[in-house]
Amino acid sequence: MHREANRAGAGADGSAIMIRIEDLHRSFDGVPVLKGVSLALEKGELLALIGRSGYGKSVLLKHIAGLLRPDSGRVLIDGEDMAVLRGSRLTKLRERLGFLFQGGALFDSMTVFENVAFPLREKTRMSNEAIRERVMEELSRVGLSGAEEKYPSQISGGMQKRAALARELISEPEIMLFDEPTTGLDPIFGHAILKLIDDLHRRLGFTGILVTHEIHKVFEIVDRVAFLHEGRVQAQGPPDEILASEDALVRQFVRGEIEGPVSVE
Amino acid sequence: MGLFLAQAVFYCLIPPVKVSRLVKQIHFIGWQSLVVILLTGSFTGMVLGLQGFYTLNRFGSEAFLGPMVALSLIKEMGPVITGLMVTGRAGSAVTAEIGIMRISDQIDALTLMGLNPFRYLIVPNLLAALIALPLLTAVFDVVGIMGGYIVGVKLLGVGSGTYFGEMANYVDLSEVAEGLYKSLSFGVIIAWVCCYKGFYTGIHTGFGAEGVSRATTQAVVFSSVLILVWDYFMTSIMF
Repeated sequence: MHREANRAGAGADGSAIMIRIEDLHRSFDGVPVLKGVSLALEKGELLALIGRSGYGKSVLLKHIAGLLRPDSGRVLIDGEDMAVLRGSRLTKLRERLGFLFQGGALFDSMTVFENVAFPLREKTRMSNEAIRERVMEELSRVGLSGAEEKYPSQISGGMQKRAALARELISEPEIMLFDEPTTGLDPIFGHAILKLIDDLHRRLGFTGILVTHEIHKVFEIVDRVAFLHEGRVQAQGPPDEILASEDALVRQFVRGEIEGPVSVE
Repeated sequence: MGLFLAQAVFYCLIPPVKVSRLVKQIHFIGWQSLVVILLTGSFTGMVLGLQGFYTLNRFGSEAFLGPMVALSLIKEMGPVITGLMVTGRAGSAVTAEIGIMRISDQIDALTLMGLNPFRYLIVPNLLAALIALPLLTAVFDVVGIMGGYIVGVKLLGVGSGTYFGEMANYVDLSEVAEGLYKSLSFGVIIAWVCCYKGFYTGIHTGFGAEGVSRATTQAVVFSSVLILVWDYFMTSIMF
């Protein structure tokens, strides 16, 4: 139900499409990584982006965030082309975006509190009192009450991910990009992070892309799955459809089978 | 690299400047380099006093020990050795810090918050180096002159009045200004090279700990060489 409600809003161009990727190509040192990725996400939709390691999932996320520029093709966020935006217009668009990096990307010279407060201190005119209240509320939401005075190096990987999530969500982004949020976490912490993402998605209604290898747990919380292979989206659809796919490649990946079209040698 | 410096200078001239970061970097580059500057300055002055005394003694000109020590320090050794020491102590740390921020996505996180990494990371370092280098050089010169005084006057018997009196006769403001200009330009070189190497860690040096280590080494070597090369050109222009 919530997902339908989340998608109800329309984008700036009148359509319900929030993110549109059109025939995206990108090479590094002559090696093509993205070879024509096309994908569209409706407003409020949560998509799982799956695929083998090193096949361009994180690169795709960085293009969506405007951190990388494509060789050709376009990334449209709410109708705006990320590759041509510059200056304040790009900054404004980025402010609508949250990005949970694989390692959290917390500022290691700041405490958890300072990290989470940082976007508010720098981008708003909120009073110290109001910021404190918001930060404590956000930390409580991600289960980090009591850890606010600790430095990133003093907390576990799971707590770092949650702190990073709190820092991203405090600006109430319309789009959230999650780059392997459960990597390096034990199954309990990993599951807790996914549950947290699900809860927050239900509550805040952001449009999200979740890069992950946690196939089965993630499939329970997303609306749609896209399978990226050899620089292209090879398959996409609702989780049930992907799980039941007859495509040998998709089936091998989803089931984690050694035998199949992809050789492990 | 030229474009990087141009961008850094541009953001220095366009407010706002992140004052808290600037104060932190002045403390780090300036205040925390003070002990090493005191040590190197005093021993450089002492060795100049010793070498100068025996060289001048051959010509019966020990009276000129004061100006010799002062001019060597103010025009040349003060700015150059201070620049090299700050490169080794603070410049390397700046490269490592920014490099680690780069490889751990902290710089990308800043960018995605709509904040300009130049304002947060580069401008405070450039301004702090511009403020700290002349001050550290002045400290180096003063303790160096006192080091020369201890060796020349207290140990080797040059008259105290002669040491300072001849110094006052031969050292004028233009020579002090020469040292000041050099120290300012070395401040720019240190901040420019060390920030640049840190900022592009991974792109030019490979990722991971090895990339940071390589970037730091390159920053120290390149900055030190550039200081010596630039020193030659500045000296030849100013003479």
